[in-house]
Amino acid sequence: MINFIPELEARGNPSTTMNFLVPVIAVTLTILTGSVIFAMMGFDPLYALHTFFISPISTSYGISELLVKATPLALIAVGLAFCFKNNLYNIGAEGQLTMGAVFGGGIGLLFYDTSGFWILPLMIIGGAIGGALWGLIPAVLKVRFNTNEILTSLMLVYIALLILDYLVVGPWKDPQGYSFPKTRKFGDSGRMPLLFSGLRVHFGIIITLIGVFASWFIFSKTMLGYQLKVSGYSPIASRYAGFNQNYLIYTAFIFSGAFAGIAGLGEVSGPIGLLYRDISPNYGFTSIIVAFLGRLHPIGIIFASLVIALTYLGAEDAQLFMQIPAAVGFVFQGLVLFYLLGTELLVNFKIVFRKNI
Amino acid sequence: MSIDVFIGVIQIILVATTPLVFAAIGELVTEKTGVLNLGVEGMMLVGAVTAFVTLVITGSYTLAFIVSLLSGVLMSGLFAYLVLILMSNQVATGLALTIFGIGLSSMIGKNYIGTPIQGLNPYFFVALSFLIVFLVSYFFYKTKLGLIFRAVGESHSSSHALGYSVIKVRLMGILFGGSMCALAGSYMSICYAPMWQENMTAGRGWIALALVVFATWKPGRILVGAYIFGGVSILQMNLQAWGVNFPGQFFNMAPYLATMIVLIIISSNRLRIKLSAPASLTIPFFKGR
Repeated sequence: MINFIPELEARGNPSTTMNFLVPVIAVTLTILTGSVIFAMMGFDPLYALHTFFISPISTSYGISELLVKATPLALIAVGLAFCFKNNLYNIGAEGQLTMGAVFGGGIGLLFYDTSGFWILPLMIIGGAIGGALWGLIPAVLKVRFNTNEILTSLMLVYIALLILDYLVVGPWKDPQGYSFPKTRKFGDSGRMPLLFSGLRVHFGIIITLIGVFASWFIFSKTMLGYQLKVSGYSPIASRYAGFNQNYLIYTAFIFSGAFAGIAGLGEVSGPIGLLYRDISPNYGFTSIIVAFLGRLHPIGIIFASLVIALTYLGAEDAQLFMQIPAAVGFVFQGLVLFYLLGTELLVNFKIVFRKNI
Repeated sequence: MSIDVFIGVIQIILVATTPLVFAAIGELVTEKTGVLNLGVEGMMLVGAVTAFVTLVITGSYTLAFIVSLLSGVLMSGLFAYLVLILMSNQVATGLALTIFGIGLSSMIGKNYIGTPIQGLNPYFFVALSFLIVFLVSYFFYKTKLGLIFRAVGESHSSSHALGYSVIKVRLMGILFGGSMCALAGSYMSICYAPMWQENMTAGRGWIALALVVFATWKPGRILVGAYIFGGVSILQMNLQAWGVNFPGQFFNMAPYLATMIVLIIISSNRLRIKLSAPASLTIPFFKGR
């Protein structure tokens, strides 16, 4: 009989080994569970796992697609780490991404028939500002009115999506686009340069790497990173040390929103090339999983973004070759987060095996 | 506006608001015991699809609701195991439950999109929702067990010291919340819609979460909040039908904007929110050894 209720003993210090091992255990358990699910659906588990996890990345095109998907996920997730480290539950990255795409994309549409090296940087700045402004709303409401940021940031997602919807069916609709709800295409100067001809991986990945490095630097080498960490571990200690809580809330949300905004702009000026309704397949929500799976550490987040990007590709292939709805990707994403959260206690607790409980 | 139109609007509002009442009263009980479950949307979707599929396969409405409630118990049981036994972060676990539920419901319902069914008369459930709110209110404020539930939500260490089982009380709170969310979902797929569609709850789970804050954790106020929201969203649909010329997207923002405005009004009085919210909300309980 398996004992589902573990006997726990608190560790003196959090275990560093377990901190690294927990995500690995979680991914392994997810794959095992996945093969059971596939077997229950009547598929050969090995064939299914191969279709889901191996064949999508067995070509250079596949690797490129993996990087295309990981690009926004990793950038949004490091942004979210600024909030999560400080126990601010910003779950509205999807809205911040959308507003980044609207602000940056709006600049792209303004200059669609102009060319110039300055257009793309301007769009990126626009994306960062759009995302940061949208991220600032829950922060201001929290500081001024004590509202719960989980609910406000989430409500703003729906509002942002409706604003985008209004723009693409209304004032920004492509005049030559018949009645499709989409804008005209950005000019060539408004597109992310491709890194290799024939592959979709684009300049956005460089921006993501810069963002990841910058956040690593901020987290581990600056006073701001230290303050975020302290106030996450112990708000009382942080207040006693005289850290300005409101400043920390604003900063965390600005970084988080700006990164999500740039990621959104990267999507529309990269693979998509225009604005329409469905610019993001839930990247903003999925990045929350990426942030946790990467243990809120920039390097961990890079690995986590690749794993989660693979669930998107695998789900597409599973739909194509096995007629399983692509939503199976969400099942895997949910499972990996369950296992991660479930095994996380190994970092702070030891499991003690006793007989005859 | 003639009296018939008026009665028609009232009927639509009653029918449309009921799932919000079910989900919100369930989440309120969960939160009263000190646990925040953000998985409402996911549990509603799984509840909706399991009820629908059971009905199509067996043709039995009773069985459909039983299976749906069971799915709610299972989904929230999974959540309970993670947050109570493994002491995981409640916010992240709830999000995982929602994402998992969205995926799982789409997979289960894949072959049932657009299958026609005979919808049930919704008014039994409208009445049931009022009854449940009354019973929950009675339970919390007139029974001893209700007092224990509230005590666990306010201070788990004191309750533990008094000899009450914190884990058991919280488990019951979570499971009740899960079954109510499943009931909300099954009502939507069997009475309200009546059909199955991916993501058919369309964010109602999140509005239910906001309603609990709006109600400042008082059961009776859930009804007030839910009917204000329900009324506003139906009014917005009717304004469009009456030919008010204004982009539809801005009307559709109304429930979300209203939620935010209400949150601001409720939360800005820091003392009131502090006195109303269960003091142990989201804090895990570890007995220590």
